[in-house]
Amino acid sequence: MSQGHGHGHDEHAPIRHDGHSSPLARRARALEALLTEKGVLTPADIRSAIDALVSRTPADGAKLVARAWVDPAFKARLLADPKAAAAELGIDLTSYARLGVVENTDKVHHVVVCTLCSCYPRMLLGPPPAWYKSLNYRARTVADPRGVMREFGLELPPKVEVRVLDSTADMRYLVLPRRPPGTEHVSEAELRSLVTRDSMIGVSDPPAATGSCLT
Amino acid sequence: MTRVHDRGGWPGAGPIDRQEHQLADWELLADALVQSLASPHRGIIRIDELRRAIESLPSPDYESLSYYERWIAAVERLMIEKKIVTREEIDAKVATLGEECRE
Amino acid sequence: MRFREGDRVRVRADDRAGHVRTPAYIRGKSGWVAAAHGEFRNPESLAYGDEGLPKQPLYLVGFRQTDVWPRYPGRPTDTLYVDVYEHWLSPEEGSA
Repeated sequence: MSQGHGHGHDEHAPIRHDGHSSPLARRARALEALLTEKGVLTPADIRSAIDALVSRTPADGAKLVARAWVDPAFKARLLADPKAAAAELGIDLTSYARLGVVENTDKVHHVVVCTLCSCYPRMLLGPPPAWYKSLNYRARTVADPRGVMREFGLELPPKVEVRVLDSTADMRYLVLPRRPPGTEHVSEAELRSLVTRDSMIGVSDPPAATGSCLT
Repeated sequence: MTRVHDRGGWPGAGPIDRQEHQLADWELLADALVQSLASPHRGIIRIDELRRAIESLPSPDYESLSYYERWIAAVERLMIEKKIVTREEIDAKVATLGEECRE
Repeated sequence: MRFREGDRVRVRADDRAGHVRTPAYIRGKSGWVAAAHGEFRNPESLAYGDEGLPKQPLYLVGFRQTDVWPRYPGRPTDTLYVDVYEHWLSPEEGSA
């Protein structure tokens, strides 16, 4: 990849690049090469940034939700100070933007969007899905949230207040979805597997516990 | 006048394509470039500058480029604006890397 | 901090150039302060390499959807919440 300007490229395997590239993909690779040659960034910077991006998954968000479902005192702490509550479960959010957790109830259902760009609680859910970043999601969720949720298979009763949150500033929002009915005897570990990424954005609810045989 | 990035309530928006897409290597790279440049360790750009640069794209580009393509265009603009690289250097490097791939 | 939870506010109808984080669809609209988040550096100047000082108070502002959209297709009790910086808000008379 590089001409070898003596900046220690040899101790790292080159980042694999796929063959299919948009013209801008080529410019990204050119920027990477130039910035490392000039010492503005190092290959280690790039590598650790990619690791950080791919290492966060919705599993961390699901941990918080499942614990909140089984432990009302934890839920209260989570709503009051999400970062401190996350730290209790070994999730370190200290270097991230401010986080708010909003609770869905039988009376209120929240859904989150960023109409101006694609702000998203990456620190708990990992990278956002393509649809969250799409122009159509950004356009319609504030103006027709029930229509958007319908596309995701969720039809809410008229008596439920739908609250849309547009994260326009430094706050990031995580939805605490409702615990599915019939899960009173499901273990916390199994509850975690029921918490979907989409339910923590608010476009749908977690599925009901499947199977009648909970051995 | 509503700017092209200000999409809330944009008329004519259609159904949401829910197809999942795994990020390509070049998209991971685009994200990594931004996070590295904006990291407290490096502090070369702020995310606010990236957003401003994305919002400054001509409207047709904003609407036709993919998410990470917008990021790359914005990073390039900021690197030139901050005199860290020049457009000519990027063009030359694109050409050089292209030649290497064709070997 | 100029506003407190429960205060009625109106979003300025300005049409400013530059990097603005107040979406067009709430400009000129009236709502209430749902939460005060504290102070943050101002993105409008951070976006141009400035330090973003002085910090600006940021509020979560709630709106009735039927106050925002002329033909809102959902329920009249549905709401919309947006994080808005203090310099984009002016006090509104009257009760909720």
